[in-house]
Amino acid sequence: MIEKRPVLDFISHAVLIIGAALVAFPIYVTFVASTLTFDQIMSVPMPLWPGDQLIANYTQVLTAGSTKGSTAAVKDMLVNSMIMALVIPLGKISISILSSFAIVYFRFPLRNFFFWMIFVTLMLPVEVRIIPTFKVIADLGMLNTYAGLTLPLIASATATFLFRQFFMTIPDELAEAARIDGAGPMRFFWDVVLPLSKTSMAALFVIQFIYGWNQYLWPLLITSEESMYTVVIGIKRMIVGGDAANEWNLVMATAMLAMLPPALVVLLMQKWFVKGLVETEK
Amino acid sequence: MAGVEIRNVHKSFGAVKVIQGISMDIADGEFVVMVGPSGCGKSTLLRMVAGLETITSGEIAIGGRVVNDLEPKDRNIAMVFQNYALYPHMSVYDNMAYGLKIQKRTKADIEDRVQRAAGILELSKLLTRRPRELSGGQRQRVAMGRAIVREPMVFLFDEPLSNLDAKLRVQMRSELQALHQRLMTTTLYVTHDQVEAMTLAQRMLVMNAGHAEQIGAPLEVYSRPATTFVAGFIGSPPMNLVPGRIADGGRLLVSDGDLRIRLPQPRPALDGRSVLLGIRPEHMENCEEAAAMMQPDIDYIELLGSDSLVYGHLGADKRGTRIAARLHTSVVAREGNLPLRFADEHVHFFDPDSGKRIEA
Repeated sequence: MIEKRPVLDFISHAVLIIGAALVAFPIYVTFVASTLTFDQIMSVPMPLWPGDQLIANYTQVLTAGSTKGSTAAVKDMLVNSMIMALVIPLGKISISILSSFAIVYFRFPLRNFFFWMIFVTLMLPVEVRIIPTFKVIADLGMLNTYAGLTLPLIASATATFLFRQFFMTIPDELAEAARIDGAGPMRFFWDVVLPLSKTSMAALFVIQFIYGWNQYLWPLLITSEESMYTVVIGIKRMIVGGDAANEWNLVMATAMLAMLPPALVVLLMQKWFVKGLVETEK
Repeated sequence: MAGVEIRNVHKSFGAVKVIQGISMDIADGEFVVMVGPSGCGKSTLLRMVAGLETITSGEIAIGGRVVNDLEPKDRNIAMVFQNYALYPHMSVYDNMAYGLKIQKRTKADIEDRVQRAAGILELSKLLTRRPRELSGGQRQRVAMGRAIVREPMVFLFDEPLSNLDAKLRVQMRSELQALHQRLMTTTLYVTHDQVEAMTLAQRMLVMNAGHAEQIGAPLEVYSRPATTFVAGFIGSPPMNLVPGRIADGGRLLVSDGDLRIRLPQPRPALDGRSVLLGIRPEHMENCEEAAAMMQPDIDYIELLGSDSLVYGHLGADKRGTRIAARLHTSVVAREGNLPLRFADEHVHFFDPDSGKRIEA
């Protein structure tokens, strides 16, 4: 807006600040709670200034977990989560970029049928097909394995669809020019399509990393050994439930740790992420 | 270097026949322009020579070798696309070098060829730029450079100047001509622009609806159009075509209405025959009423400075045959009759049914 209207400026800023505060305050409380002792956190009201237990609490959860609930070390869970959150987007991107390349650039029988088959799976999120998927993974002996954690989540219609739409915006002449230059299909894929897809891949990576990191239901189902817990499951397992007093300070420390990697990924890849969503380099 | 032979080539997409039997021999080093309206199949024919479209029937040979079943890369051709089709993520240098890298040439050889092509096209200072940092004309030159470095037997151009503005188009046209003079590579060039076709071609192939209407040198096509289509397509404004019947021992063209056009020279051989009389607007002259061969009513006049375009119609009402004349004098009268005459060497006759030229 070009006109200057101080009152409107004030109101819009006030709304924004209140909105930001509403989102930020719970995170602040989580942080404060993770720096308190067990007794402090159980007192009413809970202090709103950080305590002195920061290092002690974080060391405790990272190396030994909680004392009452799960006693698995959170650092192992972070590793598990990291593996899951990396394998899922990388697997998704590599599989779906190849399948959409095939769908867009090759003429084979039932091409559209296969595309629609993939597309239809968009209607079946993990939760809907979770029982049969569990059965398959269990029969394959993949319970409590990384393969079991990641494989069912790798197959992705979203990514295939996204890449297909992107490839269809690449002018046909580019493929023809490459053909005249003597580049075979895979050479064209490697030298032209892949570099052009960089930003789309980055955007997809960010989205899928967070998706993989935040997976809850699936890991909850197929991991029963503490060594395979992801950090999101770890938080749940630390909460004993019932009337027992949970060690909320430790749970909150774990929650802070669980929040960190996705935030970092978004921050570090922000530039690429936005680029991938808004612009295409053509 | 080599010629291209196109022998009775057909192309159909399903039931749709796009090319219906075209044959043409293109000599080594010749510059041939394929011209026609949108959808006439000219680009398809070019893409068949390139190997980007399959050939439904017939044969295409490059340098004496039938290439029907060869991949584009094995045909020894290079193509320039209308939208340039540069690789957006590669520098100008890499764009030109890409094909050579795939051919596994040595680094020194690639460097040498790219530098030479860049020199010819004045791209030497732009080699590290990305395509998006270039102007339209520069991108076009890079696309040409990519074709030149391959040192192909045949250049194929698919409407290469259509995306440029008018001024740049004129400039690139002369650059293209200079390039052809220098390299003397056989060139096939597709355009819908008749000026490009006339100025660039050594020979042109005028296409319409998948047929070859006429193959010939530009001046021949202009002065002796083989069909009414060519007569209307080449030249601006298009040739006037007046339907009628030759009468009075070949001296007059008459019609059922009150139309009477006096011919400069009698054509007794055509007496009594129905024809289309063709005269180009630029071959009309205004004259004394006594010397007039036709007298259209003036509808409106466009002043172009150097000359004027006068549009009128023959016959009593406005539905009569439209006539356009390009006159070198500025006509004073804005309405009324315009007495016009024309010389015998500028008179064309066409068969009204087949549209074919009648030699008489």
